Amino acid sequence: MDLQNNRLKTGDGGVIVTSVEDLLNWSRLSSLWPMGFGLACCAIEMMASYASNYDLERFGIFPRPSPRQSDVMIVAGTVTFKMADRIRRLYEQMPEPRYVISMGSCSNCGGPYWEHGYHVVKGVDRIIPVDVYVPGCPPRPEALIGGFLKLQEKISNEHPLAPTLLLEIEKENV
Amino acid sequence: MIFSEITQVLTEQFGIDSFSVVNQKANQPILQIQANQLLELCQFLANDERLFFDYLACITGIDNGPTANTMEVIYHLTSIPYEHNLAIKVIVERPADGTPPKVPSVSSIWRTADWHERETYDLVGIFFENHPDLRRILLPNDWHGHPLRKDYQAQEFYHGIKVIY
Repeated sequence: MDLQNNRLKTGDGGVIVTSVEDLLNWSRLSSLWPMGFGLACCAIEMMASYASNYDLERFGIFPRPSPRQSDVMIVAGTVTFKMADRIRRLYEQMPEPRYVISMGSCSNCGGPYWEHGYHVVKGVDRIIPVDVYVPGCPPRPEALIGGFLKLQEKISNEHPLAPTLLLEIEKENV
Repeated sequence: MIFSEITQVLTEQFGIDSFSVVNQKANQPILQIQANQLLELCQFLANDERLFFDYLACITGIDNGPTANTMEVIYHLTSIPYEHNLAIKVIVERPADGTPPKVPSVSSIWRTADWHERETYDLVGIFFENHPDLRRILLPNDWHGHPLRKDYQAQEFYHGIKVIY
């Protein structure tokens, strides 16, 4: 029977051979749930990326209302010192493994506030570790999607099942 | 009512010495008054039947810097029923030791002055006497200094984060 063309459900499923690690990575990168929060005008572009035109959900990217359910934090906008404490706390509330996308010039390096902005943190990487930087002021939705693709690339190269402790001991003995 | 008519009313009430006019030829001339007269004059402007300035549009705080050694507060008033406007300016001396200069609060006359005065206190550092709740409004409570002052020096660290680039 021509299964390709008829697409009948026969029960004779195929077999995919893969490693557990690749399967884990694939499932993690295919459902990156960002925390739903925005700080400034970059958040408008972020919302546009979620909406129907750019439709981030086709990548499995779907904002969550709680840091406890989130995998990735998009720092979309200007990080003020008043907000810095809150961002650090939200980051600490996220379960591991967690990722951070720094979106736009302000959260990358302070942006236009780099010299005279007494109230702006000069880069969100001064308070939390950043995985992907998306340049732009603000970045277009395509750029944010590009940032997510970079993050997916990074996750696909991770080794979540690697015996890290064993590797560390081996390294010490060399 | 135009500006000259308003000053006419004020001259009748308070005398010619109580104020001076800045920028007479500008579109909006400014009435400059003494800080100790501010409350009495504002009370009159708000309550008098001919003037009835029922709306305080904004409060501006200006630091003229250590050389000029003065600070200014400008009040923009509007009468909604009469559709006339007035700007009042108060100039106070700027203490050299950085303590806030004092200006009486007008929040008892216009409630909206409450937050305007808190913002002016927060950013320029002008103390409004008899304000019901003079706290910082934009910056965190533990911030040091008033950032819009000419001689403001940003702190080196805030909560362990380096401030300068």
